[in-house]
Amino acid sequence: MNIPAIVGAGLVVIGAGIGIGRIGGSAMEAIARQPEATNKIQTAMLIAAALIEGIGFAALFAV
Amino acid sequence: MRKLLGILFVLSFLSPKLVMANATSEHADEATEKLSAEEQKRADMSEYVKHHTQDVHDFHIFSDISAGKHYGFPLPVILWDNGLHVFMSSKFEHGHKVVESKGNFYKLEHGKIYKTDETGDLKLNAHGHPTVKAPLDLSITKNVFVTLLMAFVLFFVFKGMASSYKTSMAPKGAAKFFEPLVLFIRDDIAIPNIGHKHHKKYMVYLLTVFFFIWFLNLVGMTPFGVNVTGNIAVTFTLAILTFIITQTTANGNYWKHIFWMPGVPVPMKIILAPIELLGVFIKPFALMIRLYANMLAGHIVLGSLISLLFVFQNWGAKGAFLGLTLFLNIIELLVAFLQAYIFTMLTALYFGFAVEEHHDDHH
Repeated sequence: MNIPAIVGAGLVVIGAGIGIGRIGGSAMEAIARQPEATNKIQTAMLIAAALIEGIGFAALFAV
Repeated sequence: MRKLLGILFVLSFLSPKLVMANATSEHADEATEKLSAEEQKRADMSEYVKHHTQDVHDFHIFSDISAGKHYGFPLPVILWDNGLHVFMSSKFEHGHKVVESKGNFYKLEHGKIYKTDETGDLKLNAHGHPTVKAPLDLSITKNVFVTLLMAFVLFFVFKGMASSYKTSMAPKGAAKFFEPLVLFIRDDIAIPNIGHKHHKKYMVYLLTVFFFIWFLNLVGMTPFGVNVTGNIAVTFTLAILTFIITQTTANGNYWKHIFWMPGVPVPMKIILAPIELLGVFIKPFALMIRLYANMLAGHIVLGSLISLLFVFQNWGAKGAFLGLTLFLNIIELLVAFLQAYIFTMLTALYFGFAVEEHHDDHH
């Protein structure tokens, strides 16, 4: 019952969630502005999401 | 009709995992004495998850608890301890017996082999960890076996695909499925990042790494509970290969950008040099951690959710957990492909940095 570790893990997940949420949001707006660029935007969104998830997991395992 | 078959197919990935969840609780019972019911359940859960994410010395398919039989096959144990010791892991009898080989005695404890004496004494220290030495373990464990198997599968699939192009340029058989993927890697990953001039020599490694990681991730999703890419040694090797290829095929421009970045004032150049040098090592390190953590976390979450199915007695809760596990299983299939794509794309990006030509538009 390592409370500091649990709180730290929760904070890491909050950070990753906010990051990926913001990227998703901007991707949605961009697709709404220019539907023909959907594929490129989707690819870029997935790449950025995977990078943020990588940091999130690394921090989570370190905690 | 097809939809129903599709759903049943995906569900079949779920079922043997449930059987195995029942199986490993037997191992936990032997190890623990009198714990409360809740602690016992927690011990069972972590035992199940550990058993399916760590490397073991035999290939365990499933167990029948009521009959007390285990189905699977043992794998050879190869040790180097001032001499080569080779024997089958069935001699260990799941860690119950001490094996004697050429005068040395070995005991299997929690997946690791230690060199002990006749009685199997591990000389545990205050924390309960063995303090005896461990020989160099070169065995064919489950992960090594599956990696070799996947290497053969990859070789035969793509060799067959390559030979099928001898007669005509139109794809036949397996090539019909893989050709769009190969072209995707060349046109959307290799050429945009590396450029037309140099991409061909890197295509071999990029294709290999993409299909290797993708196939291994998918095998991790099958009911056999193999977790190869969730093993840090495997991802470490892949990252080291990317690192070696990047450094050895880099041109002068690459090193110049690291140590003496053009287009910035001199004080900045001096500050940037150590940071860029750190970046050279951190980028493959992040590749390794990203793949390892994503795959391992996926397996741990799925294993824990399946264990929770057995903890709860309410059938409504069981149904809800089954639905959640199925949903997560499907997401993990997407993650398997996505992680392979991300690894390949970032590798291509780093190769692109290595062979970048000189631009004159630094501002």
